[in-house]
Amino acid sequence: MSYHVNEKGYYGQFGGAFIPEMLYPNVEELRQKYLKVMAEPDFKKEFDQLLKDYVGRPTPLYFATRLSAKYNTKIYLKREDLCHTGAHKINNTIGQILMAKKLKKKRIIAETGAGQHGVATATVCALAGLECIVYMGEIDIARQAPNVARMKMLGAEVRPALSGSRTLKDATNEAIRDWINNPVDTHYIIGSAVGPHPYPDMVARFQSVVSEETKWQLKEVEGRENPDYVVACVGGGSNAAGAYYHYLNEPDVKLIAVEAAGKGIYTGESAATSVLGKEGVIHGSKTLLMQTTDGQITEPYSISAGLDYPGVGPMHAHLYETKRAEFISVTDDEAMTAGLELSQLEGIIPAIETSHALAIFEDKKFKPEDVVVISLSGRGDKDLNTYIDYFKL
Amino acid sequence: MNRIQAKLQEDKKLLSIYFTAGYPNLNDTVTTIENLEKNGVDMIEIGLPFSDPLADGPTIQASSTQALHNGMTSTVLFDQLKDIRKSVSIPLILMGYFNPMLQYGVEAFCKKCQEVGIDGLIIPDLPVEVYHEEYKAIFERYGLLNVFLITPQTSETRIRYMDSISDGFIYMVSSASTTGSQSGFGNTQTDYFKRIADLKLTNPQVIGFGISDHETFSQATQYAKGAIIGSAFINYVTAHGVDDLGAFTEPLLNG
Repeated sequence: MSYHVNEKGYYGQFGGAFIPEMLYPNVEELRQKYLKVMAEPDFKKEFDQLLKDYVGRPTPLYFATRLSAKYNTKIYLKREDLCHTGAHKINNTIGQILMAKKLKKKRIIAETGAGQHGVATATVCALAGLECIVYMGEIDIARQAPNVARMKMLGAEVRPALSGSRTLKDATNEAIRDWINNPVDTHYIIGSAVGPHPYPDMVARFQSVVSEETKWQLKEVEGRENPDYVVACVGGGSNAAGAYYHYLNEPDVKLIAVEAAGKGIYTGESAATSVLGKEGVIHGSKTLLMQTTDGQITEPYSISAGLDYPGVGPMHAHLYETKRAEFISVTDDEAMTAGLELSQLEGIIPAIETSHALAIFEDKKFKPEDVVVISLSGRGDKDLNTYIDYFKL
Repeated sequence: MNRIQAKLQEDKKLLSIYFTAGYPNLNDTVTTIENLEKNGVDMIEIGLPFSDPLADGPTIQASSTQALHNGMTSTVLFDQLKDIRKSVSIPLILMGYFNPMLQYGVEAFCKKCQEVGIDGLIIPDLPVEVYHEEYKAIFERYGLLNVFLITPQTSETRIRYMDSISDGFIYMVSSASTTGSQSGFGNTQTDYFKRIADLKLTNPQVIGFGISDHETFSQATQYAKGAIIGSAFINYVTAHGVDDLGAFTEPLLNG
């Protein structure tokens, strides 16, 4: 079985491009060109160069000594938190800004929830000298003020999404509407492994550098490329897509996806899409999503803004459906505790999204000789206020 | 013959109105349809509200949010429409996004449409290829026409493909836009209208998006069989309710 996208843009039964005709030319142009552009030697050269000199890759694969001792297994942290702008998001925005230039686009739009993807997009737009408009829910603008300031300082315009629930899904709707209204000169940089084909595959490919590096780094220290487990948190799924990518067809590598259970899966305040979701169409993709029985998309909840998305990328829906990946849900409280623990055991303050991945060790037991790679997707600077409020620091 | 096909054969320019079911009040749906017919409207698009209407602008999204808040669902709508064919004879088209239909079950949804007397569907986020491969046979089994959207960016090949698998009309989106975001037509748009008219398609064209008054209606229908008004009508019922729709349609039709 293949876990990669097929010719028609599907992962098993998930994926596709369920888009209004108004978006067809934009998405079709991308679909026809993305693989060709990515294979061009000058594109690859510039992408690799920027990842190295600008983003700071390769990121370390760090053996977490004290964390490993505590849970009696071998835990490696793939340090995406050390990327420029503080998270894996920049791997994708670097790739997409180069793509946009190849497609001769003059204007960049993006959606953002917590602001991490917005900052990563504003950053690469400054780098490339392109106009940047970031859509962000009005509620998120209020609760993520530092990232809003960062985007403005980088020269981006932050436009509030005033419709619906005024959070990430509405920011995504507004970005899509902008694209409908500006079909010729604009490229839409989607931040996660979601959206119509080819976005999930393109984003996964740009993020795949994470598992590509993990392979040779692990070979150096463990003498083998394949760990026993790769663990990543999943909202839309871009960091997990990158961390899994080169292991998808390696059956000896077990994949673990960690979703946000919020206040508890069945409390009505959760973002555990694999458990609560049903197959449907969101933002142009057929996937698992949280919805009412009538098919209206519902508002998820997580303490982590980056996991607060009602759907999941189609690749992950397929990994769930085929049981290729094990899905685990972690509550706000469990994640916050794990974040504090990593800070004090390893001197690394993780993003709250990442803290979800770190929280699995309380319940899931590993063998002492198991090699467990965790995608440390982002750093916790942006979450300090949430940590302060939660722990009364 | 389907009611839409019969209507398209009439020797006149068609006025089609879009409204959001369950808006402004949950039980306004039937009154709206009846009053639109009484006031000379030729065809109606009944909007099934969706939480995340990507192709719509703020006016229709706000009406959808309110309608959902009022309690509108697919099941409620079908129930409201169960006797509609006792009082209304003009074509009725259901316009909605794909996900609610998918959850209802595409076949069950189509069957229900036929039962209540719906003549066609417009599903903006169901791409023509997916429709063709997976759903065309089901639509046809229940006598439903599927209406495709085209935009100024749609290639001729693609338009001809849609024309070849369509038996009603082609919905021409007047410009690259979401609903309700235009005012008046410039040369770019009239050139596009002309270009499409010159293709001599099998299916007549009806223009939508950006039609709001007598002038834009007349402009559009110079080049097309009819025109669809949505956001302007929503704005009207927001302000005036659904009891006197003549005050909206009369100046529109007669200038």
